[in-house]
Amino acid sequence: MEVTISTAELLTTDGIPLKQSLRKAERRNKLRAFLLVFPLLLFIFVTFVMPIGDMLLRSVDDSQINSVFPNTFDEYKNWDKGADELPPEEVYKSLFFELANGDKRQIGKALTRMNYAKSGWKSLIKKTTREIKKIVKKGEEPVSYKDTFININKLWADPTYWYSFNQMVKDRSSIYYWNALDRTFDEEGDVVLQDEKRRMYIKTWLRTFKVSVYVTIFCLILGFPVAHLLANLPLRYSNLLMIFVLLPFWTSLLVRTTAWIVMLQQNGVINGILVWLGVISDDGRIQMVYNEVGTLIAMTQILLPFMILPLYSVMRVIPKSHMRAAQNLGAKPVTAFLRVYLPQTIPGISAGGLLVFVLAIGYFITPELVGGKDGKLIGSWIAYHLKTTLNWGLCAALGAILLGIMLIFYWLYNKIVGIDNIKLG
Amino acid sequence: MNDTSQSFVKFEKIDKSYDGEVLVVKNLNLDIAKGEFVTMLGPSGSGKTTTLMMLAGFETPTNGEIFLDTKPISKIPPYEREIGMVFQNYALFPHMTVAENLSFPLEVRKISKPDIKEKVQKALDMVELGNFGTRFPAQLSGGQQQRVALARALVFEPRLVLMDEPLGALDKNLREQMQYEIKHIHDRIGITVVYVTHDQSEALTMSNRIAVFNDGVVQQLSTPDILYEKPENSFVAKFIGENNTLNGVVKEINGSSCIVDLDNNQGTIKALKINVNEVGEKTQLSIRPERVSINDGNNEENSFTGKIEELIYLGDHIRARLDVCGNNEFIVKVPNEGNFSHKEGDTLNLSWNSEDVRALDI
Repeated sequence: MEVTISTAELLTTDGIPLKQSLRKAERRNKLRAFLLVFPLLLFIFVTFVMPIGDMLLRSVDDSQINSVFPNTFDEYKNWDKGADELPPEEVYKSLFFELANGDKRQIGKALTRMNYAKSGWKSLIKKTTREIKKIVKKGEEPVSYKDTFININKLWADPTYWYSFNQMVKDRSSIYYWNALDRTFDEEGDVVLQDEKRRMYIKTWLRTFKVSVYVTIFCLILGFPVAHLLANLPLRYSNLLMIFVLLPFWTSLLVRTTAWIVMLQQNGVINGILVWLGVISDDGRIQMVYNEVGTLIAMTQILLPFMILPLYSVMRVIPKSHMRAAQNLGAKPVTAFLRVYLPQTIPGISAGGLLVFVLAIGYFITPELVGGKDGKLIGSWIAYHLKTTLNWGLCAALGAILLGIMLIFYWLYNKIVGIDNIKLG
Repeated sequence: MNDTSQSFVKFEKIDKSYDGEVLVVKNLNLDIAKGEFVTMLGPSGSGKTTTLMMLAGFETPTNGEIFLDTKPISKIPPYEREIGMVFQNYALFPHMTVAENLSFPLEVRKISKPDIKEKVQKALDMVELGNFGTRFPAQLSGGQQQRVALARALVFEPRLVLMDEPLGALDKNLREQMQYEIKHIHDRIGITVVYVTHDQSEALTMSNRIAVFNDGVVQQLSTPDILYEKPENSFVAKFIGENNTLNGVVKEINGSSCIVDLDNNQGTIKALKINVNEVGEKTQLSIRPERVSINDGNNEENSFTGKIEELIYLGDHIRARLDVCGNNEFIVKVPNEGNFSHKEGDTLNLSWNSEDVRALDI
């Protein structure tokens, strides 16, 4: 049988095409919905999207130094490193004038950047600038700029200084990312490992991972039974217990962290009790804080609610009859738990796990305070460079890598569990 | 059927209390024969679900013992009882497909893969869901989920199947259809079924026998027809079917019948003596609406008049609410034979046989 499909456009009673009429009716609703979320959208854009964009740009930005020494860098590019040991005369000449006439503050900033590439640049240029200014004041014009430089300081004859220019001559540079992974550029511009003394980021990255994974696992082990209890108690009791779970949220993070120092330090409460009980001797007090152990203990406690809450919300809606049904069907309680209950809590486990892991990987205050030297995480380095060395490019690169890792985990999570399965409450 | 040697399930002096103060089930004695379909019927909180849970092993009796196939089962954990159960909301495992749900009880019994496959398919065919094995429960309608739950409770060939208000979540049409399906499956495979419901029509449709629960006590245990036609106390009379009541005092007892003076001098009624023992006792008389006949008023015994308070047209019959002997909730069902011409406010002559009036407790 042949089915004929009417191709004529559907019309409303008034003869307007139905689709057009519908669009018109919907437009108002859409506009209203948009206006309602617009303030939040704007807020998020200004306070979240723009800073992250700025961070990502900053992590590859090398334009400042290029604006300070434009001619020098242009001439530098003409240097044939194979043929001549040192750069040609024009490079020295451009640098001479750019140092003599440049803005002092901008040069200062550029020097900081140059010092990342090779330590020693800052003092060398400062000294040199002073001498150059004297020469300019006298009104002399050097016969050879190159010799003038070398006369001022013989380091100007050291090609390794000049090689370090290599990584700065472009407006965009990946050097901060390589630095964040204990790598740098050699004179040929190839990526090489840092000196052994300066390798600390890989170690910290690995520790950050390890601590985050352990904290996630501990939170799961400790949080699962609590969430199960909360989900199965009568509402009266579970509400009371829930307050205990949420109590940490109402206490300052700093207070909780310092409380852990009081508890865990060598003359602290726990060691005191252990000595008093005779479990350990007075000389054998255990070092539990200012190391990785302290970081693990404190972070597990602080992040525990983030595991319990999603687990609780998932467990609460699993009917109690399921465990009964499984047993009724012949499964021993353990089997019933493993095959019927546990699989149904996976959305909660994965949501809690992802949440705790992502929070842990970027955690700062607690590891900073209780971590000591061995317990510091990558967040501490970001803070250090942000406040102390002012190496914002490296900060941005570290932050961007952190962001990338989180996105990878999010992607993996979505692949394996499916983001629709996430349940936070 | 009440012979202990024959009974397949036997509740003996079962008491159950959750808090040590209130008995949820009081001195329950119940025998169920093999292959029987027994329904526990009662209002919510009457102890029927608790009784079922004790049988399934999820609650322990406070006193007494339950025997299954002559063996006491109090010490046997639920997973070794070999009792199938259909739960109120089906309790299908949402993370497993229909086929996986059905193979679960077989897998934990370590049955071989090919056997599992065959049994699962057979069970699915039985509930007419042969092609639904790969679906997840959430992709099925309520009625289909119900059937899967039923198939899962039967697939491991349990000794006994319990059903805890299994049709409660379905709409009316589907519920009625499923009642017949469950009944047919029971007839076909002859398994013993203990069924819990608060819906009397469901109980009447499906059961061999019905135990009417109230307040933790079995009020009456009988076949559906006896329960309806010969209720032994006023609770059963009120709970099963529609019922007109008249209150009075026993005036005279003559063997199996008695004479009752209605309250407020509304007259005297001859009734069957069921749940009264002596003259002067207060009693509640029970008459089914369909046993009241409307006539010209020359019946020799139990002849009364009633004023029509309300008429409701229901197609096959007209439901008349009358004021009879001071009870203005007296219902009479008039068959729609096309010749009923009375209006509200008219007075009708009513009569009934004294065998249809039962003098019960109050």
